[in-house]
Amino acid sequence: MNNVLEVKNLSVKYGNTVALEKVSFEIEKGDFIGLVGPNGAGKSTLIKAILGLTEISTGRISLFSKDISKFKEFSKIGYLPQKSTKLNSLFPVSVFEVISLGILSKKKFPKRLKKEDDEKVHKILEDLKISKLSKKCFFELSGGEQQKVLLGRAIVSDPEILIFDEPSTALDPASREEFFTLVKKLNDEQKTTVILITHDTGYVGKYANKLIYIDRKLEYFGKIGDFCKGEDFDSCFEKSDHHIIWHQHN
Amino acid sequence: MDIFGFLQYGFIQKAFIGGSFVALTCAILGVFLVLKNMSLIGDGLSHVSFGAIALGLFMGVAPFYIAIPFVAFASILILKISEKTKIYGDASIGIVSAVGISMGVILASLSGGFNVDLMSFLFGNILAISNSELIFSIVISGLVLISVYFLYFDMFSATFDEDFAKTTGIKTQLINYVLTVLTALTVVLSVKVVGVMLVSALLILPAVSALQIASKFKNAIILSGIISVFSVIFGITFSFFADLPTGAVIVMVNALIFAIFSIYKRI
Repeated sequence: MNNVLEVKNLSVKYGNTVALEKVSFEIEKGDFIGLVGPNGAGKSTLIKAILGLTEISTGRISLFSKDISKFKEFSKIGYLPQKSTKLNSLFPVSVFEVISLGILSKKKFPKRLKKEDDEKVHKILEDLKISKLSKKCFFELSGGEQQKVLLGRAIVSDPEILIFDEPSTALDPASREEFFTLVKKLNDEQKTTVILITHDTGYVGKYANKLIYIDRKLEYFGKIGDFCKGEDFDSCFEKSDHHIIWHQHN
Repeated sequence: MDIFGFLQYGFIQKAFIGGSFVALTCAILGVFLVLKNMSLIGDGLSHVSFGAIALGLFMGVAPFYIAIPFVAFASILILKISEKTKIYGDASIGIVSAVGISMGVILASLSGGFNVDLMSFLFGNILAISNSELIFSIVISGLVLISVYFLYFDMFSATFDEDFAKTTGIKTQLINYVLTVLTALTVVLSVKVVGVMLVSALLILPAVSALQIASKFKNAIILSGIISVFSVIFGITFSFFADLPTGAVIVMVNALIFAIFSIYKRI
């Protein structure tokens, strides 16, 4: 089995509140996973647990066959967080500088960027068609442009797994389409595994091959086609979502 | 007296050298602190240094020897309180700062004999910097600058986006501790330059001035350093000829630069 990620009996508690309860699944190389569920279902908690950003209460997570506590190959992971309000908009940081931060996962102490790293950043800027923004301040960009830059930061280290937490909320329809087309290209051509949290069921239906539906517990994990034919489909989604997922998937 | 005569004075030369090192250190750390919304930590730690200096004077020991470990410990305590008790960072700064200054006031009251010395620490006296204090300033500033040089990208990433930085393997908690302890050392040094009351200005003002016009992070750090060193050199010179308190003049020069940059940004 070519597992990129294994989650076994994962539970996460915040104080007395159970955010996730005994969640288990395995993700293979090249999977494009749509991670869906209602608000407060624990989707972002699951992602944070996988990334080591939140403590797990019980269970085990393995990335590339290594327990998360011992995992050190950080360049294998690309992470694009939810459009973050945590970022300080007074930060004077250029687009080039933001993308170059993604390369740090490949560096050892003392971290220094070399000429080939700069070339790699320029290549990503070209691929994302944002070369002309290179010297601009990140916070002077539109929401869509910022998201592209953060995608650049996530993919600059050539990760084997990309994790997106509602990446399309700040994007207009055209930018959304462009964004997902690029991600799908990485998935198809480089077999990059993708985990995508989104409320945008249309994109899940269109691009994902597997679906995780959680509502604190794992309600469904498997192929999207099977999900659409099963009983879970009715209980998990409204009729309009049925239509969108089914229509986009077929 | 002309400017050349002024520059012949040993105490002026020492003030220029010591002040410049401290200013540079403050300016660089200040950019990180301001962008991490930790500007007030300088204020809090300077209050703690007041208590520590009072303790040193009370015990008859050179104040810096007491202040350095004491303020470094307080800086760690601020982070620990913030982490363990889940209270906001500025509240933990407030707690530690209040305890520090209360301790200073109690010790000053108990001894009654060193109030004059304590006043010089409240408002600074860079022109009276001793040889050992000068060496101390250079060594500590060197330590801070070397740390920032080697940890630059880790500090940059952790300041910009802490969660993302963690996913790239950066030990953000360790970086926060390093930044806070370096700030503690810098605050103790800055007390000699501008005094307890104005230390936070030396940390904040050059940084916020640079942030008005810089479009790249590296440029913000370089510009902050230039502004800070210029303010100290100009402040010492101007205060000497105008017969004004040096620390306060340094802060006012910084404030003036901030005002000019803010206006320039809006034009």
